[in-house]
Parts: sequence; structure tokens; C-alpha cells
Amino acid sequence: MSAGYTEFHPRWYRRRMPVFWWVGRRSYLIFVLRELSSVFVAWSVVFLLLLIHAVGQGGTEYRQFVHLSSDPWMLALNVVTLAFVLFHALTWFNLAPQAMVVRLRGKRVPESRIAGAHYVGWALLSALAAWLILR
Amino acid sequence: MADRITLQVTRYRPERELEPTTQEYEIPLHEEWAVLDGLNHVKDQLDGTLSYRWSCRMGICGSCGMTVNGEPRLTCATFLTDYRPGPIRIEPLRNFPVIRDLVVEIGDFMRKLPQVKPWLIRDGDAAAPDGELLQTPAELDEYKQYSMCINCMLCYSACPIVGLEEGFLGPAAIALAQRYNLDSRDEGAHERLDVLSTAEGVWGCTFVGECTTACPKGVDPAGAIQRYKLTAAAESLRSFLLPWRPA
Repeated sequence: MSAGYTEFHPRWYRRRMPVFWWVGRRSYLIFVLRELSSVFVAWSVVFLLLLIHAVGQGGTEYRQFVHLSSDPWMLALNVVTLAFVLFHALTWFNLAPQAMVVRLRGKRVPESRIAGAHYVGWALLSALAAWLILR
Repeated sequence: MADRITLQVTRYRPERELEPTTQEYEIPLHEEWAVLDGLNHVKDQLDGTLSYRWSCRMGICGSCGMTVNGEPRLTCATFLTDYRPGPIRIEPLRNFPVIRDLVVEIGDFMRKLPQVKPWLIRDGDAAAPDGELLQTPAELDEYKQYSMCINCMLCYSACPIVGLEEGFLGPAAIALAQRYNLDSRDEGAHERLDVLSTAEGVWGCTFVGECTTACPKGVDPAGAIQRYKLTAAAESLRSFLLPWRPA
């Protein structure tokens, strides 16, 4: 029997993936939310660029941007964006040790250390950004 | 009187039905019985027409993978008492065509495995070594985890990408490629790159991570794939920056 014949066997039952295959299982749902979070990460970058542009233009443009940002719809969008960006960062930091195998003096660095290093790096960069803005 | 438990088993008899149905069997609930023992009891005592695969009964042969209460499991390593009071739903592995009852068609998986050249490749011009190719314990540790795969296909059943993208090479095949790429005796990593660094290879994986959760042998295929993504990205960058350098 050739492989070509078996590939299209008429009597095999093939279950189609349902459209909402990701709803019924927590890990699938988290995965899809993590994928979706990329849209909000992109929006946060666009929002930051708009802010920088407004600051660069100064005066009226900046006031218009502040006014736009205080709009309830924009506030709601940005609160959701913040939640998704945090979700994105946390889930990726927690997954990072699986992708990174680091050896020090012949021994594999434990996963908790690698994830920890990501969090420390995040805290340091945040502190640097806060210092630059608030000084 | 001994405890009893109900198995809800998927039946598919292509000669008489178009879609799978469910059949219930009540079996004795023994402390030491795995789900596979329950199925064997059904086959031997209640209904000889039930079809399923099994062989070693000790988590080595990788034949008895099925979906137990929605989870991909080796039925020889899944105990009935963990599902007390039942019922226990037993279905064929997901993401595979069903031939009959709990027996799935694995031809696609079998065709994908050799694509990653899962054998030691040595540089063709080099002379064959006189003796064994020696390896230190540290070098063995580099790939040993990935060599534990028993081809049970639970990872394929757990992976939604396998179900959505027919051409996706899949977790076990990529982990197997890494088993050889990370072997100090192997010189074939560049030959596997063309198969692995593609949309059907590692880049098809979106890191759901369920393959690693499902794996009964601790292989961590998701980790293997993400590690290879780093390797493949570094290789692409290198060939872009240093095009004259041989692969």
C-alpha cells in the first residue's frame, strides 16, 4: 500500500479544530491572551511616540495631547493597555528561562535566577527612567 | 463488594458509522489498575471489539497514548483511582485522524521524524575514527534530556499549532533534532538548519508550552524549540553580516 493512498483514506475520522478551541483550557486561553497583548504593546509604543511628538511641538500641541489623554475613552484604553503590557512582560519573563540555557563554570544556572535577572533588569531600567523624568 | 468505575470510551467503527460515538463500560476499580488495565479488562471480559494500541505497560514503548478526561496521557501511567468516583472519559489522541475506536493514524508523524535527520552526521571528508567517539558526562548532559523521547505523540496531541497547521514539524521532531544538534559527536547541525529554521519548523511554534506539560518523560520540547530559535536567529544574522563565511 503506497503512502499516497493512506494519506487520503476516506474512512478516517478527522476532527476539525473548533473556532473557539482556546476557550476551554486555561493554558490555551493564557497563550491567546499573550498573543493578543502584542496589539496593546504596539499601541503603547504608538502612544509614546505621539507623546514625544507633542512634547517636541510644545505649547498648544502638548495641551491638545494632554486633553486627548484625559478623555475617558482614552483613559480606559490605556488602563487596559497597561494591564496587557504587564501581562505580556510577566508571562515572557517567566517563559524566558525555558529558552535560555546559561552555564556558569560548567553548571546550569537555575531557572529562578534567569527569571530573577530579567526582573532585576526591568527594575533597574524603570528606576533609570524614573530618575531621568523626575530629577 | 469491590468499588466500580465507569469508562466512557470513544468508539468509531468506520464500516457502520460516520462519526465517533461514546460507549460506557463499568469495570472494577482496583488500587493498582492503570487506565490501560481497565481497557484490557473491557477487551478481555466485556467487549472484544474495542480497538486500542498498547504494548509495554511501563511507559517505554509510547503506544498507549490517549486523551483521558481531556488530557493527553499514557494510559499505562494514569491510574483509575486518581479519577474516583468517575466516570473517566477516554478518547483517541487529538490532532490525529482516527482509524478505529482509540487507534489513530500516525503516518504524518512518521514522515516528519526523518526530515530532521535524526542520526549522527559526521563530516564526509574526515577519516572515520579508529575507536569510539568519546564523550564527557558534561557533553552527555547537553542532550540527554532530549534523548528520552519515546515518540508517544502526546506533545502533538497537546499542541494547538499541530491541529491548526498541517505542515508544522511538531514538538517531538524538533526536540529530536536538538538531541543530535547538541551531541558533541554530531557535525550535521547546518544540514538540519534548512528544515528547522522555516515557518513549518521552529518559527511555526508560538510557545504555547503544552507539549512540555504533556510530555511523560520530561523532555521539554518547548524549551528545545525556543533554544533553537535563538540558534537559528544567530545563524541568520551571521550569514547576513558575514555572507562569505561558510555555513
